Amino acid sequence: MTQFDPGERPSIASLTDQVRRLAIGVTATAVHFLGDTAVFVGTEENAALVNQAGEISTVAIHGGGILCTTSDGKRVVTGGDDGKVVALNAKGETSVLATDAKRRWIDNVALHPDGAVAWSAAKTAFVRSGKSEEKTFDAPSTVGGLAFAPKGLRVAIAHYNGVTLWFPNMAAKPEFLEWAGSHLAVTFSPDNKFLVTAMHEPALHGWRLADNRHMRMSGYPGRVRSMSWSTGGKGLATSGADTVIIWPFTSKDGPMGKEPAMLAPLQARVSMVACHPKQDIMAAGYSDGTVLIIRLEDGAEILVRRNGSEAVSALAWNAKGTLLAFGTEDGDAGMLEF
Amino acid sequence: MSELSSQKIPVTVLTGYLGAGKTTLLNRILSENHGKKYAVIVNEFGEIGIDNDLIIGADEEVFEMNNGCVCCTVRGDLVRIMDGLMKRKGKFDAIIVETTGLADPAPVAQTFFVDEDVQKNARLDAVVTVADAKWLSDRLKDAPEAKNQIAFADVIVLNKTDLVSKPELAEVEARIRGINPYAKLHRTERCKVALADVLERGAFDLDRILEIEPEFLDAGDDHHHHDHDHHHHGHDHDHGHSHGGLKHYHDEDMQSLSLRSDKPLDPNLFMPWLQNLVATEGQKILRSKGILAFTDDDDRYVFQGVHMMLEGDHQRKWKEGEPRESRVVFIGRELPEKAIRDGFEACIVT
Repeated sequence: MTQFDPGERPSIASLTDQVRRLAIGVTATAVHFLGDTAVFVGTEENAALVNQAGEISTVAIHGGGILCTTSDGKRVVTGGDDGKVVALNAKGETSVLATDAKRRWIDNVALHPDGAVAWSAAKTAFVRSGKSEEKTFDAPSTVGGLAFAPKGLRVAIAHYNGVTLWFPNMAAKPEFLEWAGSHLAVTFSPDNKFLVTAMHEPALHGWRLADNRHMRMSGYPGRVRSMSWSTGGKGLATSGADTVIIWPFTSKDGPMGKEPAMLAPLQARVSMVACHPKQDIMAAGYSDGTVLIIRLEDGAEILVRRNGSEAVSALAWNAKGTLLAFGTEDGDAGMLEF
Repeated sequence: MSELSSQKIPVTVLTGYLGAGKTTLLNRILSENHGKKYAVIVNEFGEIGIDNDLIIGADEEVFEMNNGCVCCTVRGDLVRIMDGLMKRKGKFDAIIVETTGLADPAPVAQTFFVDEDVQKNARLDAVVTVADAKWLSDRLKDAPEAKNQIAFADVIVLNKTDLVSKPELAEVEARIRGINPYAKLHRTERCKVALADVLERGAFDLDRILEIEPEFLDAGDDHHHHDHDHHHHGHDHDHGHSHGGLKHYHDEDMQSLSLRSDKPLDPNLFMPWLQNLVATEGQKILRSKGILAFTDDDDRYVFQGVHMMLEGDHQRKWKEGEPRESRVVFIGRELPEKAIRDGFEACIVT
């Protein structure tokens, strides 16, 4: 396994000529790796699978817009405005996991390592366990984000004025974490100690789950659309500013009272972040189409893709950290192998 | 700016009190042979059954922005739906948002001002309010939502005119004009109105403000210079006045205020004054609009506002021979008329 080591490279080195351009034929809203196959999920109808040889195949997954997508490395699960939750594997085989009875939009999907899947339509969150039991929970307002806790079968449901922690297999009353405002994307820290939401306002909000203490992470010029935990959960990298903002989560207080690291400033907004799965490096995509690899330790940068296009809308590493794939809002896509 | 805004998908907000005829108008829009495709966001699935159009249900979810200001509210569900619809850009030409009869149009309009992502892709075209000629007068007395809907309108479709007598029609029109003299008003039966009169109006487009509302600068002469005679009576019954045959009602709390000057304004005085005015009185001011002639500035400056939110830009050069006249209008509740007039006049360069 060859691993990328930015070691001695000077700052602003370029790997642009090593990027494989991919005519994927869809505008990617996300990219996930299933093994070494990159799955570019389009904004509507199709996904494009690209294997390591660079062969592209297109698979129809929804009859309309694709609103949300997630992956556990074994399958990609998407929700669409056709009311369907669809799973796709690396062979390009699809299966419909659920169809909303009222054909409502599926706004969020989440996967648990044990095979459980969660999704939401309007105010209702659904969980289907690995044993195919289905449970539902009605949030007080439209579900903005869904996430499984790393441990146990617990689901965080983000909505207006807070997050509900729901234990689908327990009769216990769901726990409610209150914070005024509209909460969208939600994520647990990998050590299960913190919960962070991206809000409608350009800010993050977080809770330390041991005592529900609040963490306010603000100062962004734009809404945070992309969040990624660095290896070991040491930091949370985020989009939304003209630098990558990385909040420290190494101490028991998380980022409380601490300044975030601000890396790789450009004259453009960071649109996507993706931390390397094993090393302290990350990739960042910008609103002008730039893709950079950044060393977290000192902020050293390597150029992967030059500016001059629409925003980067999809960015991901494979699990081994040997492949990086990206897609842009104007339909360009590429892959870099280390 | 016009080039950019024309690439954005136009959004028409369709409002009107329960039973006024919104669904009739929507059906008319969708079923007419106009060769366009609309995405329609509805609050309640009614009798609309149109093929080939995207019809999406929405919740009535309104939330406050976290600055705690009650006039900065946004429709969260609308943001979500707009985000989803933008994935299918190219599949439709325009969006129609049908609000429930009880909805306040402000959070809908503000969503297009406040939300960065929505603003990037879509532009508010106009607020179209359907009013019931027979029952509107009653609703204006007992339903604040109906009043807001009239106050907010860029276009008013005064429907069911066949169900009222001529004097009744004149009276309901006068009541509407008392609240909102600037909206285009169309009298209809069963919402029979030319589509060009309700769609693609560009009423929120700073570049087009005057082109589609040429009466904006003139309307005042018909019934505006009387305003100061009637506001702030401090008693809460409706009363009418005749001005050259126009029966002019003043609603007890909703009013419009128009200011004008043929002498230039000092931008260094006017802009801070306007910003301060909407910051402090934004809850009372529903809509504001203005075309301004500034000192030492060859461009017309236009602005447009919803509650506290303002948007303004240089529009174009004043044409030769065109009177360099400034006009500002406010529609709102319990507007502090004297303070506004004094503040405006202090910005005039004499």
